[in-house]
Amino acid sequence: MAGRLAMDVSVAVAEAVRLANADVIAAYPITPQTRIVERLAELVANGQLDADYIPVESEHSAMSSSIGAAAAGARTFTATSSQGLALMNEMVYVAPGLRVPIVMVVANRAISAPIALGNDHSDIMSVRDSGWLSFFAENGQEALDLTLAAFRIAEDPEVSLPVCLSLDGFILTHITEPVLMPDQTEVDRFLPPFKPSVQLDIKDPISMGLWAPPDVYAEARKAMALALFSAKKTVVKAFDEFNRIFGRRYRPVETYRQEDAETVIISMGSISETAMTAVDEMRDLGHKVGLVRLRLWRPFPEEELLAALAGAKNVAVVDRHLILGCGSGPVGLEVKSLVCNSGLRPNITNFFLGLGGRDVTRANFKYIRERAAGVRNQLRAEFVGVYE
Amino acid sequence: MTKPAVEAIAKVGDLPLGFIGRPKRSRAAKTGDWRSVRPVLDRARCNYCGFCYFYCPDGVFQDMGEEKYYQADLDYCKGCGICAHECPKKAIAMIQEEV
Ligand code: SF4
Ligand code: SF4
Repeated sequence: MAGRLAMDVSVAVAEAVRLANADVIAAYPITPQTRIVERLAELVANGQLDADYIPVESEHSAMSSSIGAAAAGARTFTATSSQGLALMNEMVYVAPGLRVPIVMVVANRAISAPIALGNDHSDIMSVRDSGWLSFFAENGQEALDLTLAAFRIAEDPEVSLPVCLSLDGFILTHITEPVLMPDQTEVDRFLPPFKPSVQLDIKDPISMGLWAPPDVYAEARKAMALALFSAKKTVVKAFDEFNRIFGRRYRPVETYRQEDAETVIISMGSISETAMTAVDEMRDLGHKVGLVRLRLWRPFPEEELLAALAGAKNVAVVDRHLILGCGSGPVGLEVKSLVCNSGLRPNITNFFLGLGGRDVTRANFKYIRERAAGVRNQLRAEFVGVYE
Repeated sequence: MTKPAVEAIAKVGDLPLGFIGRPKRSRAAKTGDWRSVRPVLDRARCNYCGFCYFYCPDGVFQDMGEEKYYQADLDYCKGCGICAHECPKKAIAMIQEEV
């Protein structure tokens, strides 16, 4: 099954896991991630994927099992969403410290309360600081491609860290899209067999993530921070190799008509496609506006983002998660903190958009451009399209 | 006994990936540097009953045989004070370690 196919994006992700020849899948179903793991369970049950599927009793166990499997040297995949990721939280923080290269897809869904099924980024932002590499996919092809790339990046001995891929719930997970499905020989060329850098072995026993007293905890955490920052080199290398083999070029930060833009909008994930259409329409009206999209979120792509913002007078940052009690969203905070000591002096504004599955429209981006060009010294991020 | 110095300060670049450790026999793990108080025996009071020997959770007492007392190995004694508490003759005093 290779070539150009129409496929549910969730199924395309499951196919990528099959092509990657994962050894262990440990997952608990939760909307809107269900279709991914349901399909993987089918592939395993039908003998199309030679893997152990562990039907765990909770997401906490899903991540615990994934850590154990990856530590034993298995190529390991899991997926979750929203409350599931919240329940998994304790073990999510353990995985990077043990340096186990798990790949996790998060089908982004709003966090409770009030209970919600719709898409935003409040789930993934709860593990923002955990030490995982974190990517956001824009469309079905990218979801498939980044799943493959995630295994390669995570397992690279220079990285040896878990990688998380965010897919907007429903907007990506439940949509049928045309995708170019790579064939197995191409994938095998891209993705060598997993050779763990740290491994549990009964013949040579080790303990992982030992107790760190105060005289070494900070050193251990700094080592993790440095490892995550330096992982960006491997991300770029893996994307180059991906392009060489599959002919599709990815970068940590994508730009769209931003070179001469006075106002640059920053976005992540699937809404960027709507944003590009809105940019075209605004350009037709003579507005100098462009888009910068973060594909890589952790490690934060500092140099690439500063380069993309170099010419902008106004920077409008879109956030899809509220930090309650703080005036900015997570992306807004990050951009402000990066820019403030960089020598660049754009007017930065921050906007909350598409919370809890609210549709994001071209009109939203047109409104944001106007506000970004007009508002000065914005203290707190503005909620777009909220009825008051 | 003066406390052993911290053997080596671990630097960021020297730490093992995944903060792993290999199992050691307990003889290699000198727990003596955990101690803040140490047992000191008054041999004049000791009746060689052996309670200290049996109660010590780390088994650090050595039977001195003919000399009729038990000697704590301070490389491993972690200073819990159980021996002093259990001694029926109050022959063991727990003395503050000098830092
Ligand atoms: S203080 Fe505790 S560890 Fe030390 S000799 Fe007494 S019982 Fe054993
Ligand atoms: S418990 Fe007290 S009396 Fe008995 S052998 Fe030990 S020190 Fe001596």
